[in-house]
Amino acid sequence: MSKFKKKGSKNAPGITTASLPDIVFMLLFFFMVVTKMRDSEIMVKIQVPNATELQKLEKKSLVTHIYIGAPNAKYAKTMGTAPRIQLNDQFADASQIPIFIANEKQKVPQEKLRNKMTCAMRIDKKVKMGIVTDVKTELRKIDFRKVSYLATDLGES
Amino acid sequence: MEKRKKPQIGAGSMADIAFLLLIFFLVTTTIQTDTGLNVLLPAWSDEPITSTPKNKRNVLTVQINSNNQLMVEELPADVRNLKATTKHFLLHEADSPKKAVVSLQNDNGTSYDMYIAVYNELKAAYRQIWDDEALKDYGQHYDDLRKESKQKIRKKFPLVISEADPSDFALN
Repeated sequence: MSKFKKKGSKNAPGITTASLPDIVFMLLFFFMVVTKMRDSEIMVKIQVPNATELQKLEKKSLVTHIYIGAPNAKYAKTMGTAPRIQLNDQFADASQIPIFIANEKQKVPQEKLRNKMTCAMRIDKKVKMGIVTDVKTELRKIDFRKVSYLATDLGES
Repeated sequence: MEKRKKPQIGAGSMADIAFLLLIFFLVTTTIQTDTGLNVLLPAWSDEPITSTPKNKRNVLTVQINSNNQLMVEELPADVRNLKATTKHFLLHEADSPKKAVVSLQNDNGTSYDMYIAVYNELKAAYRQIWDDEALKDYGQHYDDLRKESKQKIRKKFPLVISEADPSDFALN
């Protein structure tokens, strides 16, 4: 009997926390997979306007982004201070939009979904409509008509 | 032989590190505002848009100039009244809501902010009409309806905003 000494623990065994980081890592991987971080840095200063009739962008995989605004401090020296268009990670002109959109469409493997793509336009509120109209015209010419003007809802002003 | 107790690595700090990473990801992926005004751009036609023989009564002309001043039906107007004006036009002035068209024209010098504000009011007017109709027909708010019911209501009051080519009066 003395060989099998029952170890009497005086304290109640504490809850092991060894599995806690596992749970947290699982949550972390979930978020990393489900949400998508911006793959390109936004090189223009943008403050979106205020609006109330807002709807969420549906499928993030079918959304292409166009940014229009004044270049931020890092690029102002080379690009000036007039509002510019940024497509993905480069400054571009409105004339390069058809090629850009064609490339973005290629990234969607299913043909049917290509018609359901929308273009999220993140435009600074102080931009004049001239440049916006150029972009819209290019999009209309290639029949890419689903567009969403990104805005925030700050409530009634 | 005394079994040496293996020293255990405390797992408490691992959890802290994991929480920090998690919070980092939660924060960085929600910075982007991804809500916006959904708009279906009008189709492009190479011919210039000739003035349509439509009855003027069925067209609500909305114009914004480069000073961000609003004009509705050739009269100066305020953005705050635009929603009520549009509703009135749709329900009372047009021959029928199905023929009603809103024609929006801006100047190349108009600020995007103002354009969005005007577009927002137009959309809000339509949404209110759809909502009233939904309550009347189905007893529910428009947002709570099924897709088919929403489509039926939208057919009764189609949202048609035609955009004319922008004027270019401002000397930039």
